[in-house]
Amino acid sequence: MNILYDERLDGRLPQRSKDEVLAELSRSIPDLTLLHREEDLRPFECDGLSAYRVLPMLVALPETLSQVEALLKQCNRLKVPVVTRGAGTGLSGGALPLEQGVLLVMSRFNRIVHIDPEARIARVQPGVRNLAISEAASHYGLYYAPDPSSQIACSIGGNVAENAGGVHCLKYGLTVHNVLAVDILTIEGEHMSIGSQALDSPGFDLLALMMGSEGMLGVITEITVKLLPKPETAKVLMASFDDVEQAGAAVGAIISAGIIPGGLEMMDNLAIRAAEDFIKAGYPVEAEAILLCELDGVEADVNDDIATVREVLENAGATEIRLAKDEAERARFWAGRKNAFPAVGRMSPDYYCMDGTIPRRELPRVLKGISDLSRHYGLRVANVFHAGDGNMHPLILFDANREGELETAEALGGKILELCVEAGGSITGEHGVGREKINQMCAQFNSLEITTFHAVKAAFDPQGLLNPGKNIPTLARCAEFGAMHVHDNQLPHPEIPRF
Amino acid sequence: MSDQRFPTQDALDSLRAQIQHASENGTSLRIEGGNTKAFYGRPVAGETISTIEHRGITHYDPVELIVSVRAGTPLAELEAALASEGQMLPFEPPHYGPGATIGGTIATGLSGPRRPWSGAARDFVLGVRLLNYQGQEHRFGGEVMKNVAGYDLSRLMVGAQGTLGLITEVSLKVLPRPGACHSLRLNISLNEALSQLAKWGQKPLPLSAAAWHDGALHLRLEGGPGSVADTCRMIGGDSLDNAYWEDLREQQLPFFQQSNMPLWRLSLPANTAPLEIPGVDAESLIHDWAGCQRWLHADIDTETLRSVCAQAGGHATCFTPDRLPESAGPFTPLEPMVAKYHHRLKEQLDPQGIFNRGRLYAEF
Repeated sequence: MNILYDERLDGRLPQRSKDEVLAELSRSIPDLTLLHREEDLRPFECDGLSAYRVLPMLVALPETLSQVEALLKQCNRLKVPVVTRGAGTGLSGGALPLEQGVLLVMSRFNRIVHIDPEARIARVQPGVRNLAISEAASHYGLYYAPDPSSQIACSIGGNVAENAGGVHCLKYGLTVHNVLAVDILTIEGEHMSIGSQALDSPGFDLLALMMGSEGMLGVITEITVKLLPKPETAKVLMASFDDVEQAGAAVGAIISAGIIPGGLEMMDNLAIRAAEDFIKAGYPVEAEAILLCELDGVEADVNDDIATVREVLENAGATEIRLAKDEAERARFWAGRKNAFPAVGRMSPDYYCMDGTIPRRELPRVLKGISDLSRHYGLRVANVFHAGDGNMHPLILFDANREGELETAEALGGKILELCVEAGGSITGEHGVGREKINQMCAQFNSLEITTFHAVKAAFDPQGLLNPGKNIPTLARCAEFGAMHVHDNQLPHPEIPRF
Repeated sequence: MSDQRFPTQDALDSLRAQIQHASENGTSLRIEGGNTKAFYGRPVAGETISTIEHRGITHYDPVELIVSVRAGTPLAELEAALASEGQMLPFEPPHYGPGATIGGTIATGLSGPRRPWSGAARDFVLGVRLLNYQGQEHRFGGEVMKNVAGYDLSRLMVGAQGTLGLITEVSLKVLPRPGACHSLRLNISLNEALSQLAKWGQKPLPLSAAAWHDGALHLRLEGGPGSVADTCRMIGGDSLDNAYWEDLREQQLPFFQQSNMPLWRLSLPANTAPLEIPGVDAESLIHDWAGCQRWLHADIDTETLRSVCAQAGGHATCFTPDRLPESAGPFTPLEPMVAKYHHRLKEQLDPQGIFNRGRLYAEF
């Protein structure tokens, strides 16, 4: 199974010669930085999903909006596909280039335009790093809540494109809950403001539609985010369990006690050992699972909640419960979790990160299923979860230099995602579909639903030039892939050609 | 394999059949639930299609913080079921009558006093099932907290008032009711109130509602008992009956009954100063949502009012369109570019214009 663009399944792409496109763009936008030599293109051949690499035809590095506008107009006229890229940290290949396409890199738009502490908003350009917003807001006592683990590097534009989450989203929401407005440029080069600084706007909720749309509907040029007051205090409990299922049950018990923790994370033994070996976070390496439960807010409430959660954890069979004694220890507990991916990366030449979500009650069954699949395929899997909201990140360990092991890892990953869908969940909680999960989309949605997604795409980009091949599979791909969800054994629209 | 995703029911079959019939005959449909929010928008011609028989909570698991409910289910019934488990719809939707349904609640997307702190109706929607213009069932989103697969069509339906499809079922995130709740009344001027709210907004206080009118700032504090008690002491003022917030949300305060002039809802950015609207005393408005939602009774030229709001970065919606001149619509006209993409979306998702034609804007 190869996930690179396949014209037979993903649709014909216009054929333009690189020389012609380069000449046209250089002539019409003379001040635009365009990279075209192979050695200059090489650094842009992949995003965070580095197993897949494609050299783009050209890389554009605009510095002004008028350059972006002109580039889109030219590409629309020449029918050249455009793939937009932020910081390139995405884990689903959403910014994987196309050989026949221009890669539009927005990283030079890295200015925080304005912070209004009294209205608690920040206007930022798309290339601003996620963490830079909180750092800039910090001296007003404010911060930007969504905190994907890559927050030191990932850009807010990419966060919008993927509707990024983080370890605090059970309580504070995803990107969609924390963005008030975006400015976009359409493929036709039109400027459009969506949302506003007010809490709602007339008409359809196009803002929600843009969140997580993976650069398929427009190019984001400015974002207005909501800032929150920093919690007065945050405390973290670490509970050890000698049984993964008990840890899973403890998560439900905390929620049942009426508590919404700021963060509620779970790691299994393999992930614990990896993180401890890497970060020395003080994790119990003998534990089968640990839970990290962060409670934040006003001091008096946090102390009450800590007492409640401690009792719940004891009743749930925790073998050890530790409260981080100071800010340094709290930071260490989190450092272990936030570095779990690179930590696992030290144990294995390659790893493949999954992103399924499930109803929490299905956790024990799905964990067992993953463990069975892991044995069947002969690859180790480390499990890291945003347990509070049922978002699992199984990490499949493999060695790409061994013949066939990448394919085995992909097959195992696909099975894990199908297991999530079958348990009533989703193939992606926060990393996006991108190119990586394009086939699994056919398991999650039936052909009618996929047809409706294409209709939405057609409303914004009738020629299909923005990031073709990502996010929504063609019906032909689903038919070939063979996992298309067929309702009542009736294929809707039998007239649509599928091959 | 039997498909659990689409339970077959007579009510659903009949909705489907009615849409198919309209689709085949080129007629249009007017969607109705409990008929409590018919005033909110432009009048719609067409045969009535009612969701009221398609009702019931299909799945509720308090531990998962998720409930799935059919469109025709009375909002009151859903809220009672949640309350029995100590949970709630955090966005506190207005009912505007005993018959309000969850379908209408989500289709209109209206939220109550807690909105600036908790989020709006759209923020709690996790998934929808809907019937498209050919009566075909679709499911978007689902019963999980996080899901970024495909475009977010669930949230696109919130506030679209049925113009893009008929919502038949909704999955929502719910939350535990706060441990403590106390309301206060502070006799301070409008300007003092707005500047105080801007300061408090930068602090982690357990505020969950704030409305200024009648010469006083009304506040609600919700959270743990410790923080609510501490904040009450810090702020001072007089105790206020918590029922005040329901009266405000349901437009049962005397303010809403006192006038036969058009009732306007102004939606504005946080920390917007009192507006200078020609012929209107700023202190005559209710400043709800810490000033982000303001209620005004005024016989005023619609364009003048909308231009004042637009300059402040907001918009104005008329809640009594029947009191407006015929040329004026209840919703602020869309910017031309935004309107263009509204048209295109409508053409793609309801090409025959079957659903609630003209409900939001005359053109679609």
